[in-house]
Amino acid sequence: MNQERFIQRNEPAWRRLEELLAKDGADRRAADFPRIYRRVCQHLALSRSRLYSNRLIERLNDLVLRAHQRLYGSTATRKGRVGAFFAAGFPAAVRREARLVGLAALFFYLPLLGMMGALQINPDLVYTVTDADNLSRMEAMYEPGQYRLGRERDADSDVMAFAFYIYNNTGIGFRAFASGLLLGLGTLFTLLFNGLFIGAIAGHLTRIGYGEPFWSFVSGHSALELTAIVLSGAAGFRLGLAILAPGRRTRLEALKRAGDRAIPVISGAAVMFFLAAFVEAFWSSMAFIAPEIKYAVGIVMWIAVPGYFLLLGRRDGA
Amino acid sequence: MLDTLKTIETPEGIELSLSVAGPLPRILAWLIDGLARFFILYLLMFLLSTLDLFGFGLFMLAAFIAEWFYPVLFEVCMGGQTPGKKALGLRVLCDDGTPVGWSASLLRNLLRVVDFLPMLYGFGLASMVLNRDFKRLGDLAAGTLVVYSGKIRPQPRIGGHSPIPPPAPLTLEEQQAIIAFAERMPAVSEDRARELAALAGPLAPAGEEISPDHLLGIANWLLGRR
Repeated sequence: MNQERFIQRNEPAWRRLEELLAKDGADRRAADFPRIYRRVCQHLALSRSRLYSNRLIERLNDLVLRAHQRLYGSTATRKGRVGAFFAAGFPAAVRREARLVGLAALFFYLPLLGMMGALQINPDLVYTVTDADNLSRMEAMYEPGQYRLGRERDADSDVMAFAFYIYNNTGIGFRAFASGLLLGLGTLFTLLFNGLFIGAIAGHLTRIGYGEPFWSFVSGHSALELTAIVLSGAAGFRLGLAILAPGRRTRLEALKRAGDRAIPVISGAAVMFFLAAFVEAFWSSMAFIAPEIKYAVGIVMWIAVPGYFLLLGRRDGA
Repeated sequence: MLDTLKTIETPEGIELSLSVAGPLPRILAWLIDGLARFFILYLLMFLLSTLDLFGFGLFMLAAFIAEWFYPVLFEVCMGGQTPGKKALGLRVLCDDGTPVGWSASLLRNLLRVVDFLPMLYGFGLASMVLNRDFKRLGDLAAGTLVVYSGKIRPQPRIGGHSPIPPPAPLTLEEQQAIIAFAERMPAVSEDRARELAALAGPLAPAGEEISPDHLLGIANWLLGRR
């Protein structure tokens, strides 16, 4: 059949498919969509094998591509997916990475505790990770007897603090994750450095007698925030491991799979950073709440967060 | 074909071809997106500065979203196109030609951190020239492609020159070449058209030079307008 007649005969089908594609959304379910789509697929194959003109092939290719996307495209924004993710998918994804979470925790908490302990013996070690300026700012934030804890006197806006914690902490988590692609080294460095830094500040403030304001400040949000850092690290290590030890897959294939496993972990960690920022800005900073209450909340959080990851989402077989 | 075409196979057993976009249009798209983000934040800074520290907090939230989620939101909600990509006629797709979802888009955009290293997308560029689909590291991990999705060119009407049968039977390839020439003719200069037509010298009517119009006539005949 020559091209002209081929076009004439099939133009109505192409028009109809165009029409269906022009409408948004639900037309994937239109009764004749799959049938017409398959027919146009056949037309594309025919026009290729009969060497019809490039423009015609181009047009049919575009038509089939768009219909293909509509037919097989993700149904991403279905309702209830977010709820299901936090009720089951996220904790299950974290449990699947239990060993890497353990590894990341080791590289984070060891330097943290080590630095904290070392400062009690040799106080000058604090200057290995920070300088005097920064340290005196920190001291000013946690000086006993303030109305607001954890920030400088002139930055007295909860919303601003909230935004700053999100911007800063989530950003650190994202970078720790992404830099795992560099053979895990970026993640390792971020974990070690943040561990050392947090340990140094905690150790220093405790040593100079600012312990109560500091510990009552961090107790509320620490479970969320520190766990989120560890999870970001675990997700980063997953990427690095795909390059270092791809197993029996190609590195590319291993990386794709690693991405599939890491993405739920880092997404959940991001939300934990948001929650931590919220607690930190609107609860932790309230100096008028008795430290005992804050410690109690802190303990509850430190039970709730690991409990969440250990218990939820078991039914999905993870 | 020698273009940067990538073929994917659909479940129907049909091969679709996608034209993958190279570094230059993607850099331009990135620049446009960068400027767009900059201006939005600049404008917000003015508006929110009236609100003092509260406003500064909102500004910082906006900056956070602009830094990490601007591409993700656009790619997922606007069919794979950030404003910059749209301006350049680019689109992000999954390797199998389907639209990107949240996971893939988040992954490819978070990994910009590494693509950006050691400076100005050095790793990303190196990765793009080292594989045939111009993928940066984020694309490799997320299994995504950046392709051209410009407006499809309309089927050109081939000029009304009356159909002329070719002097000898032509192979399919020869027929296709002549039809392709006829379709391209409106876009090339007259001199170039004559040059191209000269390649088909043996098809000239007896004792004459071949003319583009004569080839058009043959094309019309081949298309079935007899």
